[in-house]
Amino acid sequence: MVPLSYYLLLSGFLFGCGVIGFLIKRNIITIFMSIELMLNGVNLSFVAFAAHWHALSGQVFVFFVMVVAAAEAAVGLAIIIAVYRTRETLNVDQVNLLKL
Amino acid sequence: MNFHLILFSAFGAVCVAGAVNLLAQRHPINSALSLITVMAALAGEYLLLGAEFVAAVQVIVYAGAIMVLFVFVIMLLNAGEEEETKGSRVAVMFGVPGMLIGGVLIAWVVLRHSGTEAVAIGALPGDPRDIAQLLFHNFLLPFEVTSVLILIAIMGAVVLASKPESQGKVD
Repeated sequence: MVPLSYYLLLSGFLFGCGVIGFLIKRNIITIFMSIELMLNGVNLSFVAFAAHWHALSGQVFVFFVMVVAAAEAAVGLAIIIAVYRTRETLNVDQVNLLKL
Repeated sequence: MNFHLILFSAFGAVCVAGAVNLLAQRHPINSALSLITVMAALAGEYLLLGAEFVAAVQVIVYAGAIMVLFVFVIMLLNAGEEEETKGSRVAVMFGVPGMLIGGVLIAWVVLRHSGTEAVAIGALPGDPRDIAQLLFHNFLLPFEVTSVLILIAIMGAVVLASKPESQGKVD
């Protein structure tokens, strides 16, 4: 038997790693992957709470989070391709102008 | 020490190692592969909690579709190693200690105030049929709205990623 708090700690650790990656990474693709890591951490706590309270709707929320993440990944990667096409760099420090 | 805790620790260790490796690697393709490891191990955790449907969707949609998209874009853009800049050093200096302090606080609160009861192995009662019942009855409207969202995302991705017409652009 594993206490609920262990699941929450693992989920919080994954979310924290995502935040740290978002802060320290300079490559725009890696920053985007850090956001996916944060979403995964949240999903784990959703499922753990669903198991704890015997409420099945937590799993449905995870399903919705995954759908939104898929849509976000598609649009975000398209934006990254567009940025790379105009700036020819993936470093976020060099992407500091709204209009070239 | 029982079997459930051993399995949880094994999958959790893989998760933690993958997440730390994502931060440590400098090349995006290595980060992407460690993120796939994290997602696969998380699917194992979902199976431990009894959420078979979520575990399957995690492997198929997340580790399959989304990460293939990531790896594809990394290879398409020929992304190399990232260089260290002044901004990232400042972020390391202030961000990491801040996150550590916040993490310790959150861990203290979580361990103190919640989860004295244990979650049994396979604690969720729901098989995919119950989830479908919930998804197509109680959550029917959100489900239909997500289909519209997906449609908009597809159109947006196509518009954004298509080659811009070079009319009126002076190079």
